[in-house]
Amino acid sequence: MVKVVLWGSLKQAAGGKTELNLEAKNVRELLDRLVEQYPKLEGHLDQGVSVSIDGVLFRDAWFAPIKPDSEVYLLPRLAGG
Amino acid sequence: MPDQGQIATKRKFKLVGTRPVRPDGVDKVTGRARFGADMTAPGMLHALILRSPHAHARIKSIDTSRAERLPGVKAVVTRDDFALPERRDLVDICYNVMAREKALYDGHAVAAVAAVSKPVAREALRRIKVVYEILPHVTDVDEAMKPNAPILHKDMRTKGIDPKPSKASNVARQWEFGHGDVDRGFTEADIVVERTFKTAATHQGYIEPHACLASVGSDGQGDLWCCTQGHYMVRNACAGLLGMKVSQLRVTASEIGGGFGGKTTVFIEPVALALSRKAGRPVKLVMSRNEVFRATGPTASSSTDVKIGVKKNGQITAAKAVLRYQGGAFAGSPVQFGAMTAFACYDLKNVQTIGYDVVTNRPKQAAYRAPGAPLAAFAIESVIDELATKIRMDPLEFRLLNAAREGTKSSYGPTFGPIGLEATLEESKGHPHHLAPLGPNQGRGVACGFWFNFGGNTCVSLNIGEDGTVCLSVGNPDIGGSRASMCLMAAEELGVPYERVRTIIADTAALGYNEVTDGSRVTFAVGMATIKAAQAAKVKLCERAAKIWDISPEAVVWEDGHARPAGANAGTFKPMSLADIAAVAGSTGGPIAGHSEANADGAGVSFATHMVDVEVDPETGRVTVLRYTVFQDAGKAIHPSYVEGQFQGGAAQGVGWALNEEYIYGEDGRLQNAGFLDYRIPVASDLPFIDTVILEIPNPGHPYGVRGVGETSIVPPLAAIANAVSAAAGVRHTQLPMSPPRILKSIMEKRDGV
Repeated sequence: MVKVVLWGSLKQAAGGKTELNLEAKNVRELLDRLVEQYPKLEGHLDQGVSVSIDGVLFRDAWFAPIKPDSEVYLLPRLAGG
Repeated sequence: MPDQGQIATKRKFKLVGTRPVRPDGVDKVTGRARFGADMTAPGMLHALILRSPHAHARIKSIDTSRAERLPGVKAVVTRDDFALPERRDLVDICYNVMAREKALYDGHAVAAVAAVSKPVAREALRRIKVVYEILPHVTDVDEAMKPNAPILHKDMRTKGIDPKPSKASNVARQWEFGHGDVDRGFTEADIVVERTFKTAATHQGYIEPHACLASVGSDGQGDLWCCTQGHYMVRNACAGLLGMKVSQLRVTASEIGGGFGGKTTVFIEPVALALSRKAGRPVKLVMSRNEVFRATGPTASSSTDVKIGVKKNGQITAAKAVLRYQGGAFAGSPVQFGAMTAFACYDLKNVQTIGYDVVTNRPKQAAYRAPGAPLAAFAIESVIDELATKIRMDPLEFRLLNAAREGTKSSYGPTFGPIGLEATLEESKGHPHHLAPLGPNQGRGVACGFWFNFGGNTCVSLNIGEDGTVCLSVGNPDIGGSRASMCLMAAEELGVPYERVRTIIADTAALGYNEVTDGSRVTFAVGMATIKAAQAAKVKLCERAAKIWDISPEAVVWEDGHARPAGANAGTFKPMSLADIAAVAGSTGGPIAGHSEANADGAGVSFATHMVDVEVDPETGRVTVLRYTVFQDAGKAIHPSYVEGQFQGGAAQGVGWALNEEYIYGEDGRLQNAGFLDYRIPVASDLPFIDTVILEIPNPGHPYGVRGVGETSIVPPLAAIANAVSAAAGVRHTQLPMSPPRILKSIMEKRDGV
């Protein structure tokens, strides 16, 4: 199981929790499991997210591996200037 | 992931870190460089756009018939020529490119014409009759959030709150970040400071207005030349808006006269293409400065509440911020980045930020260097400064005591790896600037700043010429010296002189998708792709040498720009240079090239500390910036002159943002200062020499240790200058810009005991 931490305003869409435990080996599986278990998250995820795995930020990286003990944060999609 | 940072620290570079002449220098000083407005084509038409004079109005009708009858007018387009796109992310852009049911801000495009000359086009605009029903408007972020505010979008329900609101509002979305228990943390504090801050919207102030030349043939094939930070983005957005396939549209980026984030979207390009398609001729469209101010994307304006609690020993116990950003008439202000970065410089047990994305009757905001972060840093670093004074601690020591370090759980969540904030603070403590005395009416301010940086989709092609020179094709417009940096990295990797490498910006048909030049990504991501492409070319060069020597490719190594036998067992052959191998490439298997296509991840975050001295004239309120020093972590400075330029540029734009720049709206909701005479950006005489100190804490995610540097440099200046001005004037300033009238008023109020 992987522990993923959501940003605060996703709490309501994830059943009142910001820390979730999911079976996922990579980013794609993580996002799929999130939507399967918390359908209300889909609208938020569709607008784009970044995933931080052990402090490294990933955008659009379906196959970035996640280890069971990885630190995983779901973050808004980053944009810059 | 291999610990490339360790590799980077150990590696001895021959070229990286030197300061060769920039490859675009001669073109730019001789006028040979071609910018957006320099493009021409046979039979070209000139286009102009009719813009709403109202801040908020329903468009009841548009009659273009008199304009269409004018001799010389070849095409007119309105909302009827733009179907709403299928891609959801393009819908707001479509509404912004050409108003539909309503004009949402002063300057919103309503119609456009293409004619044989600008005077004819101008007359055609006068002949277009638009009937408006004027609606109440709102331009201030706090006013827009009030329950009785005029509503811009009747279907806008605030996202991020549960249950979903039933009533429309101007709050598009709420964001929340943080960890711990701030309420408990505040009870543990000895001193709590709570203040509200406001910042004005500012424009990126790029000197080159948006310009493009569009040409769509009767076969549906299109070409577009434009000044942009990302021509692949332009291609995909325009194709989506005009119902074209991306391969039908080829976009070529011109040289660019500044972007700073403001050229990361489309404004006029789809309009020019639509006109060209309708007229069957090339169409040139160049914005005036007035249009740039009124109808492109300035940054957000903001209103922020900050509360920070601290123990007498300097330990921060809790920190909270509520940020309200208006991003113009459409959702998408960068408030989430403000909320994420606000406290990123500090190691906090209890932290909470809440952000509100608000719409108003202003132009749709666009990114501006580290979007959202400088506004937040202004508020947070001002309170940090005030707290340091209250507990009688040096502001640098106070920051060091609470600084984020490797292993700190960041305020937005993830744990930091190796980072350079502490190094920038330590360096600033011992710098002569910190030790220099101050005179009467002078003050010194410091502030820290953070930006994420990122990588993204990147595709490059490196081709070895027959004479041993190298041409590198990249897909990112050079807005800050990337061609020089790419030449350096390719030359370093191949072991050839810098002068033998030429980097060009290829058009969209030549390479795979490249993300926009933004997020301080190019030296990191395109640099990594360049290194990988050079490595791929080296493998082929070694293979060719192996063929020539009739030995195994594994028995050949690449050293100092030569293929050499790997050891005594490989045989004794005279090393072959890149030029030697290239000269016979045609006879040994054909052209030699290296490519790299990847979605680059692993960009390292970046921190900076800025120090500034100012003098405030107590009679006029005028601020003179006396001395300025930037301390920033670059990971590894590929071309230090360009890195210094990024540091200096961020500081200079920050000086303008802090002291003078602001969008001023009248009671009628119209922009009052849409020109550089009334919107005052800093000029050379407003600035001291901006000193720079480059720190190099290698990024483990890049082969050479590179971190992006283009954005972090604009995060601390607003706060650093506010802290300096507050110290010099003897009164805390919480609103930007700190223009002379505002400063004078505060000084007089202090004198009068108000």
